[in-house]
Amino acid sequence: MKYLSEYRDGKIARRLAAEIRRTASRRWVLMEVCGGQTHTIVKQGIDELLDGAVEMIHGPGCPVCVTPLEQIDRALHLASQPNVIFTSFGDMLRVPGSHADLFQVRARGGDVRIVYSPLDALALAQRHPDRDVVFFAVGFETTAPANAMAVWRAHQLGVTNFSVLVSHVTVPPAMTAILESSDNRVQGFLAAGHVCTVMGWTEYEPIAARYHVPIVVTGFEPVDILEGMLMAVKQLEEGRGEVENQYVRSVQRDGNRPAQELVAKVFALVDRQWRGIGTIPASGLGLREEFAAHDAERKFGAAEITATEPAECRAGDVLRGKMKPHECPAFGTSCKPEHPLGAPMVSSEGACAAYYNYGRFRGAVTSG
Amino acid sequence: MSASLLRERFLPHFGNPTLDRLGDAAVVDVRAGRLAISTDTFVVQPLEFPGGNIGTLAVHGTVNDLAMMGARPRYLTAGFVLEEGLALDVLDRILAEMSRAAAEAGVVVITGDTKVVERGKADGVFINTTGVGELEPTFAPSPERARTGDAVLVSGPIGRHGIAVMTVREGLAFEAELESDTANLYPLVEALREAAGEAVHVLRDPTRGGVASALNEIASAAQVGVMLEETALPVPGPVSAACEMLGFDPLYVANEGILVAFVEGAAAPAALAALRGHPLGSEAAIIGTVVRDHPGLVALRTAIGGTRVVDMLPGDQLPRIC
Repeated sequence: MKYLSEYRDGKIARRLAAEIRRTASRRWVLMEVCGGQTHTIVKQGIDELLDGAVEMIHGPGCPVCVTPLEQIDRALHLASQPNVIFTSFGDMLRVPGSHADLFQVRARGGDVRIVYSPLDALALAQRHPDRDVVFFAVGFETTAPANAMAVWRAHQLGVTNFSVLVSHVTVPPAMTAILESSDNRVQGFLAAGHVCTVMGWTEYEPIAARYHVPIVVTGFEPVDILEGMLMAVKQLEEGRGEVENQYVRSVQRDGNRPAQELVAKVFALVDRQWRGIGTIPASGLGLREEFAAHDAERKFGAAEITATEPAECRAGDVLRGKMKPHECPAFGTSCKPEHPLGAPMVSSEGACAAYYNYGRFRGAVTSG
Repeated sequence: MSASLLRERFLPHFGNPTLDRLGDAAVVDVRAGRLAISTDTFVVQPLEFPGGNIGTLAVHGTVNDLAMMGARPRYLTAGFVLEEGLALDVLDRILAEMSRAAAEAGVVVITGDTKVVERGKADGVFINTTGVGELEPTFAPSPERARTGDAVLVSGPIGRHGIAVMTVREGLAFEAELESDTANLYPLVEALREAAGEAVHVLRDPTRGGVASALNEIASAAQVGVMLEETALPVPGPVSAACEMLGFDPLYVANEGILVAFVEGAAAPAALAALRGHPLGSEAAIIGTVVRDHPGLVALRTAIGGTRVVDMLPGDQLPRIC
C-alpha cells in the first residue's frame, strides 16, 4: 500500500537498526509514549534487531489503559440505564470494570453500540430523539477534536439527548510526571506522532529544554520508529536535548490550528485521574460550563460513583515504565486477555496485550 | 408454514426427483464405503453482502466442511427459520443463490424444513444445512497429521469475506469494492489429492477467526510449531487498507473461499502448482512451514526480520480508538 509499505521495508529497517547499534556507545533508555508504537515494536520484533543497543520503556500513551476504573464503572452504570444507548469505540468494550465489562452489560440487555466516530453517535441521537445517546469520549489529543466537534454540533443543533462521558487526557503533563519522578530512568522520548499532528510540538520544547532530554516526534511504522530511535540516540551521543520531528509527512510545528481552536472552545484543562498513576494536575480535558447539558456525568449523576483499583493489577507500574508487562506476577497467570485484571491486557494499544499476544515466543526462547 | 409457500417459493429453486416426492424422509443411494456428515447453522447479518448472501454461505459452509475431510459432497438438507415480515424478494434471492451454489457444487438438496416465527423471534432468516459426502478410501487429511517439515499453503488471498461483510454491516465505504470470496472448495481438494495424494496431511477452511485461528487449532492438535513468513501472506490491497483503518489483523479476518493445506515438504511444489492451476487457487502461496520448535504455537517472521507469536484471539477483533 502506498505510503505504508515503504515504511515497513525490511532492508531499510535493518539498515537503520545497524546504524543505531553503531552509533550507541552505551545502552540508552528511551520511552515510546504511544501504545500504538509499543505494539509496532513488539509486533514487528524491532527490539530483536537492536541487540540491546537501546532499552525501550513503554509509555502511558494508551487511552483505554489510562482511563481509571471508576470511569469504566460510570460507563457501565450509564450503559445499564433503560433509556440509554451507550456508544463507544470498540476497544473499550472488553475493559473490565469493578464487576463487569460493557459486553456483559450488553448481554444483560443494555443497549451498547460500537461506533467509528463520535459524529455517528450524534447522528444516532438525532435518529432516536426519544432515547438518550451517550458517547464514551476517551483518548488523548488525537481524538479530542472529533469529540469536541460532536459536542459543538449537538450544541448548535440543539440535540439535547446527546451527551458525552469525558475521560480525556493530555500527553505533556504525563511526560513531566515521569521525568519528575525520583527513580526515573527515561533518557529520551519518542513522542506520539498522531497527538503531534493535532497539537504540533511547541509544548514539548520547554520540557526538552528544562530536563535536557531528546524528544523526537515519531510515526508508527517500523521504519518510523527505528528512525526516531536513531535521531534520539544521536542527540544523546552528542549531548543534545531538543525536539526533533521524524514524522514529517504528518506533523508540523504548530500542528492543526483549527482543530486546536475547536478543542479549546469545547474543553478546558482539568485535573484528571490516570489508572494506576493517580491524579495529575491539569492533565485532562473536561467540558466547559456552557456545554454542561451534554455532560453525561452531570446529566445522570454518575460522578458519585467511585472505585478502588485492585492491588493485584500493576497497570500503574507498567504505564509509568517501572515494570515490563512480563515482570508482573499476574502476567499470563491470573491476568490474560480472556480474564484481564486491567485495561492494558485487553486494549489494542496496551503494553500487556502486546507482550502477551506477540511476545511470548521470544520470552520462551530467551528464558528457555 | 403454508403449503403454498413451499410450492411457490422453495420447490421451484430446489426441485429434484428426491425432494419432489415430499415424503417424510429422503431416500438416496450412496457408494459403498465411508461417509462424512456435517451440519452447520447460519445466522449472519447482513443477509446479503457483496459476492453472495446467507444462502450461498449455507451451501459453501457445509460443503467445504465435508471437503476439508477429503469427502466429495453429494447431498444437502436445508432447514429454514423465517422471521415473519421477511421480504419475499429477499427470500427469493437467498433461495436462488442456494440453488445456484448447490448445483455448481454438484450437491442435491434432498430434504428440508421451514418454520415461520413471529417478528422479533429471529433475525430475518436462519438456515441450517447438513451435508453428506463420500470419502475416498486412501485420502484422509486431518489436523493431527501435521508433521515437522510440512509446507503451509493457502489457496488464495486472505480476509476478503470478513471485510466485505463488515463493510456492509457497519456502513463503511472504502474506495475499492470488495467481494466475499465465498466458494465451493472441493475442486481445489480434488486438485490437491491428484497432485500430492497422501502427502496432503491437513486441510482446513479458515472461516471465523481467520487463518490465524485455523493454524492455532492445527498446531495444537498435532503439537507442532508453525512458522509463517509475513512477506509471503497474500493480503489484497483493499483488505489491508480496511484493516489498517480499523486496527485489525488480516490473519484473523474470516474467509469463506480459501483453504489452508499442510503438505509434506517434498510434495509442496506440486501441490502449489495444482492449486494455481485452478481459477480459485491462482493466487495460492506457501506461507510457512511446520517446525520442531515451540510445539502448539504459531509464530511469524515479520517483514523486518523480527518474530512474534500469532495467538488465538479471545473474541472478535474490535475497532480501535486511534
